[in-house]
Amino acid sequence: MQVAIKVENVSHKFGDRVALDNITLQVMTGEMYGLLGPNGGGKTTLFRMLCTMLPPTQGTIHLLGKSTSTSAVRAHIGVVFQHPSLDARLTVSENLRHQGHLYGMKGRLLSQRIEEVLNMMSLTDRAKDRVEVLSGGLQRRVELCKSLLHHPEILVFDEPCTGLDPGARRRFWDDLDTLRQTYGTTLVLTTHFIEEAERCDRIGILDRGQLIAEGTPEALKRTVGCEVITLETRDSKSLQLQIEKILDRDVQILDGQVRIVCDDGQRLLAKLYPLLREEVQAMTLSVPTLEDVFVQRTGHGFKVEDQ
Amino acid sequence: MRMAFWLPVVSLWRRELVRFARDRNRLFGAIGQPLVFWLLLGAGFEKSFAPLGITSGYLEYIYPGILLLIVLFTAIFSTISVIEDRREGFMQSVLVAPVSRIGLVLGKVLGGGTLAFLESLIFLVFLVFLDIPISIASLGLTLIFLAVLGITLTALGFAIAWQASSTAGFHAVMTLLLFPMWALSGAFFPAEGASRWLAYLMAINPLTYGMDGLRQSLYLTTSGANTHLWFCGIISVAFAVLTLSAAVWQVCRKRK
Repeated sequence: MQVAIKVENVSHKFGDRVALDNITLQVMTGEMYGLLGPNGGGKTTLFRMLCTMLPPTQGTIHLLGKSTSTSAVRAHIGVVFQHPSLDARLTVSENLRHQGHLYGMKGRLLSQRIEEVLNMMSLTDRAKDRVEVLSGGLQRRVELCKSLLHHPEILVFDEPCTGLDPGARRRFWDDLDTLRQTYGTTLVLTTHFIEEAERCDRIGILDRGQLIAEGTPEALKRTVGCEVITLETRDSKSLQLQIEKILDRDVQILDGQVRIVCDDGQRLLAKLYPLLREEVQAMTLSVPTLEDVFVQRTGHGFKVEDQ
Repeated sequence: MRMAFWLPVVSLWRRELVRFARDRNRLFGAIGQPLVFWLLLGAGFEKSFAPLGITSGYLEYIYPGILLLIVLFTAIFSTISVIEDRREGFMQSVLVAPVSRIGLVLGKVLGGGTLAFLESLIFLVFLVFLDIPISIASLGLTLIFLAVLGITLTALGFAIAWQASSTAGFHAVMTLLLFPMWALSGAFFPAEGASRWLAYLMAINPLTYGMDGLRQSLYLTTSGANTHLWFCGIISVAFAVLTLSAAVWQVCRKRK
């Protein structure tokens, strides 16, 4: 497998604030790579660099062997922004035609491509509708059509599912599967949704500008432990102290719940239940999530940063 | 290569026109307000203005000024969208496409300039109510000045809007820079009757020469061409090149 994206020692500062701190990562051809992190983690900065909109203060980014500082690389990437980039006053097909012109396509080739992408996203019957009358989910699909017109080798998404209802989200992920099968496109997406990151082949977790973990979701979760016990209580602080005393180890509080990562959850539950029956409202045993990976590596919760 | 340059330019230009055609409010906004302005000021100052040596009456004096105001308003309306478009809208996808930055500016500015030109054409109809003798030469030269001014003011609006962080900021620049530039171009009152410091400001305002050129073109039949008209033309074209370069420079600037 070839390297599609190579990010080497990339740092970026906005004034005195470090947005990215010495990031190095690689994405292979055909891979779906997720940049997971809370808001302010640095993923949007990296996204803007990947789509050539922002030059890094330090380091280099190469897409298909071409530096992002050269404009030649733009012909090979497709970009789907978090905020709509469609002209709401134009129709779906007018938007696509304009996009085609930006990439030097015209005439029969452009008409064929427009038909092809509309067909793939099941939007053929909406071609003549103005974008302003479409639902958020449909607009997102038109955005996807727009980014696919020139058959890019790499597609970059910024928070692709923000603002979409659950149905539209499911549909969006199905669409991604379709286009991966059809074109074998390399996909990079930023997200702060754990469930979305779980669907990627590999993910990089960004926090405060640093890449704190990288790997397949399964491998990352395995590094945490086998199981997680979550305890709901009114006074999490006192329960935390109590458990730490019983187990003689540190446990964490996350979103007002006490979490214990362990290898033998059932045995531990059986041990804790008689001792904490009075204080605890609910006990749950589950497998670790990427959020647990984040908490373990950073020492703080995922959602705290999200405020 | 040449094709690859012009295709996006034409596409961006056409988009401006299509958007405009689908938004009736903009047509009214850019024509209606100057029209009201013209009638109120023209009728209001009609007699009071005579002592300054203007024999035509104020309604006629301010007519070319209102033409320029229409060009200015249309330019502002068509570039104000750039502010949001760039960060969270349509312009994002243009910026990541393999389109030259000069092409981007040209498409947008030619689009806005065309609209400004067309709107001022509509206002030219009111010439029939004024006592200005028009010939093909005077009309032709007037149109040339209107086209150059349309491109100049759209490029200026674009350069300001590109680096404005909010529409509120753009309004501030409009009130403090663009509107005074218009008022101090001779559109509103002649430099001869103004205070010396104001007359000085008017002399260094590049728009003064566009305004003067426009006025002289309209009266070409009676006053004839002279070296001052040429001078106005040269300054106006130079100012157009300058504002276009400023717009291209803004777009090419690397942002931190």
